[in-house]
Amino acid sequence: MDRSEIESKLNDLLVDELGIDRDALAQDAKFEEDLDVDSLGVVELLMALEDNFGVKIPDEEAEQITTVGEAVDLVEKKLAS
Amino acid sequence: MSRVALVTGGSRGIGRAVAELLATQGHRVAVNYTANEAAADAAVEAIAAAGGSAIAVQADVGDADSVTAMFAVVGERLGSVEILVNNAGITRDALVLRMGVEAWDEVIETNLRSVYLTSKAALRGMLRARWGRIVSISSVSGIAGNPGQANYAASKAGIIGFTKSVAGEVGSRGITVNAVAPGFIETDMTDALGDEITTAASERIALGRLGQPEEVAAAVGYLASDDASYVTGHTLVVDGGIAL
Repeated sequence: MDRSEIESKLNDLLVDELGIDRDALAQDAKFEEDLDVDSLGVVELLMALEDNFGVKIPDEEAEQITTVGEAVDLVEKKLAS
Repeated sequence: MSRVALVTGGSRGIGRAVAELLATQGHRVAVNYTANEAAADAAVEAIAAAGGSAIAVQADVGDADSVTAMFAVVGERLGSVEILVNNAGITRDALVLRMGVEAWDEVIETNLRSVYLTSKAALRGMLRARWGRIVSISSVSGIAGNPGQANYAASKAGIIGFTKSVAGEVGSRGITVNAVAPGFIETDMTDALGDEITTAASERIALGRLGQPEEVAAAVGYLASDDASYVTGHTLVVDGGIAL
């Protein structure tokens, strides 16, 4: 699975599940400040990523995620390990 | 509508009454127990005999790994938990000056840490479903305090704070989080107090008697139902009117 696939899946989730405008989805977009996803919404997104990619994201690492790019990085790292 | 319910400490006392009530409401019930397998089996058999559906599942609810394993078993056998009733509780009474660290830790672990562990595990599925009910059994001891029960009262007051906080966190997702605070209820826990204390207690209760586990279960059943869809972060006191 390459990075673009992870990115595209995450973008789909953001657009389909949370109704976010696809044009707003820059890599450095912050979930809470730029995309208006609340903190629980970020938790739900990470859960959806876990389900989709079969990875486990520990709470301590999940806490660090603030942008779309960071979420993609984390899933990529988990898939590689 | 038939849902999946998990009742911790569901083999005896209030927990058993809750498990039986939820089963009669048509829910599939997981009856958690720690050590008393015979009591859990008896509860499951009683539910089955009444036409309900239940399984027994062992776990030490104060232990993270044990809770994770329990949710895996329940998920596999019944499905994702939609109604969680945090009932498991113990007492280790002593004056605080005579209370050992173990008596403090054991009570906090079984009564309060458990609520955090099970709620966290259950919330994942509830978030996905956009529906969920968490009902935790607190106590009037947690509201008014009770000399000789500093550890128990602290754990039960902790449940109330936890309940209000989590209710605020997940309310936007259709999940309600509430507590029930029983007073003196006739269970093994209050039997251990002896007649003198329970008689004295009855005199302070407006209804003039101890409560029955079924009377607490009815409150839990309400909060777990669709009827309570606009009630969250609340602690419902079921104490017969103590000290009115």
